[in-house]
Amino acid sequence: MTKLVTGIIQPHRLDDVKSALEAFGVRGMTVSEASGYGRQRGHTEVYRGAEYTVDLVPKVRIEVLVADEDAASVTKVIVGAAQTGKIGDGKVWVVPVEDVARVRTGEHGIDAL
Amino acid sequence: MEIDAGLTAWMLVSASFVLLMTPGLALFYGGMVRGKSVLNMMMMSFGAMGLVGVIYILWGWSMSYGSQSVGGFFANPFEQFGLGGGGVFAEDGSAVVADGLPIIVDVGFQATFAIITVALISGAIADRAKFGTWMVFSGLWVTFAFFPMAHMVWGGGLLSDEGPFASIATPVDFAGGTVVHINAGMAALVLALVVGKRKGFGREPMRPHNLPLVMLGAALLWFGWFGFNAGSAYGADGLAGLAWVNTSTAASAGILGWLMTEKLRDGHATSLGAASGVVAGLVAITPAAGALSPVGAAVLGLVAGAVSALAVGLKYRFGYDDSLDVVGVHLVAGLVGTLLIGLLATDGGLLYGGSVNLLVVQALIALVAVALSGAVTLVIALALKATMGWRISEDAEVGGIDLAVHREGAYETIGGRVVDSRTSLAPSPAPAGASAPAVAERTTTEVK
Repeated sequence: MTKLVTGIIQPHRLDDVKSALEAFGVRGMTVSEASGYGRQRGHTEVYRGAEYTVDLVPKVRIEVLVADEDAASVTKVIVGAAQTGKIGDGKVWVVPVEDVARVRTGEHGIDAL
Repeated sequence: MEIDAGLTAWMLVSASFVLLMTPGLALFYGGMVRGKSVLNMMMMSFGAMGLVGVIYILWGWSMSYGSQSVGGFFANPFEQFGLGGGGVFAEDGSAVVADGLPIIVDVGFQATFAIITVALISGAIADRAKFGTWMVFSGLWVTFAFFPMAHMVWGGGLLSDEGPFASIATPVDFAGGTVVHINAGMAALVLALVVGKRKGFGREPMRPHNLPLVMLGAALLWFGWFGFNAGSAYGADGLAGLAWVNTSTAASAGILGWLMTEKLRDGHATSLGAASGVVAGLVAITPAAGALSPVGAAVLGLVAGAVSALAVGLKYRFGYDDSLDVVGVHLVAGLVGTLLIGLLATDGGLLYGGSVNLLVVQALIALVAVALSGAVTLVIALALKATMGWRISEDAEVGGIDLAVHREGAYETIGGRVVDSRTSLAPSPAPAGASAPAVAERTTTEVK
């Protein structure tokens, strides 16, 4: 079976996380720009004297499909590479995936990874 | 009369510079609104370029600079209608020349001022005004507010050196502090009040969506302003040079004034502040460019930058939605420039050994400009409110005026497809109506 590992990380940690995952043997991933906040909350911006609170700060979402037995290790790799120790470093979570299909070949499950 | 080739060449270049200011203004304003209304914001400037550019040669020139003055308020619009009547072209078709300059070159130069003055006002009504109403307003306002002011100040009318105030002291408006900036700024205030606030004004964030566009626009304005001010010297000479240096110096000092105010008040020097400071400095020096020393220009720019930086907050206190601060920048800096001439003019300024007379006259012409522009704009704006209406529907405003009014979006979205089967290579899988309910639902409720 397969699992989906999703990490929300600081944008400037992406290169290190990507390299670490490649070194671990992950062959593909999906990366998207995301906005959000946790304990970090947002910041304020002032335009011509009008002050705005910007709750949502830029983050990067990285998604990796892995075999069940790799999920814990991949999580560890992402956490290790993304960590700066400051508030706002993000989260990583794992969810089970019922099925995966490779579009090019129609393969399913583990074969499709 | 002999044509002065140097002067004529410089005036043609200056006119071209000033025309470039309006697309520059479109970028300056366009970057300041949200992404869903940037095209409408820019279109208000381009709309003014379209309409005013034509009106000017029809009756604008005649109303401003014709020889048949009506009470010193405006000149007969029909005397040189369509540039006929012998004022611009002689009977044999040759260009009439005055003081070395073909009049037709002056027509071009002056037309660009009319265009940008109208475009300036549009910043007050961002995101929410019907484009058709804006266009009609542009034609009426330029006719009843701009051409008369140009005639009064520059065309030998009431506020010129031939008017009644000239017995106290000669009024100074070198390149348009009253005609352009106080005029447009006051119109903006009235229009913001008549048109009303945007939905969510003061509650929802309305952040500038593209500050690099704003800075590019400010840069083009700065560049074009050399034609505006140094061109207003009507000579390729030392006065033009002085106006050029004063203009650039005031823009520079405007940046410093605005940024220092921001840094002290908000803690940060912003790019929007720098771009705004440029414009505030340029607005203030416009009436004064030929009357101040460069050091005086620096002082004026600094004051204008600081005062405008403070003035842009007034709309939140008084609750009028002058969206892009036409009042805070153009009216306020226009007043600062027009009034401080009374102190800083090297000939007759209070700080340069002059009497209080010049200051009094400057205050008077500023006051007349405020009153006239305010009254004329109010009448036009209310008449249009009662007839065409100013506001697009609330749904359209929230969804974005670009899509509602212009049926365009500035930035690419996914999911579009070609509707016309003749140009589409792919077979259409479903009837056109079936796949487009989301768009259709929205659009039918929008434009009323």
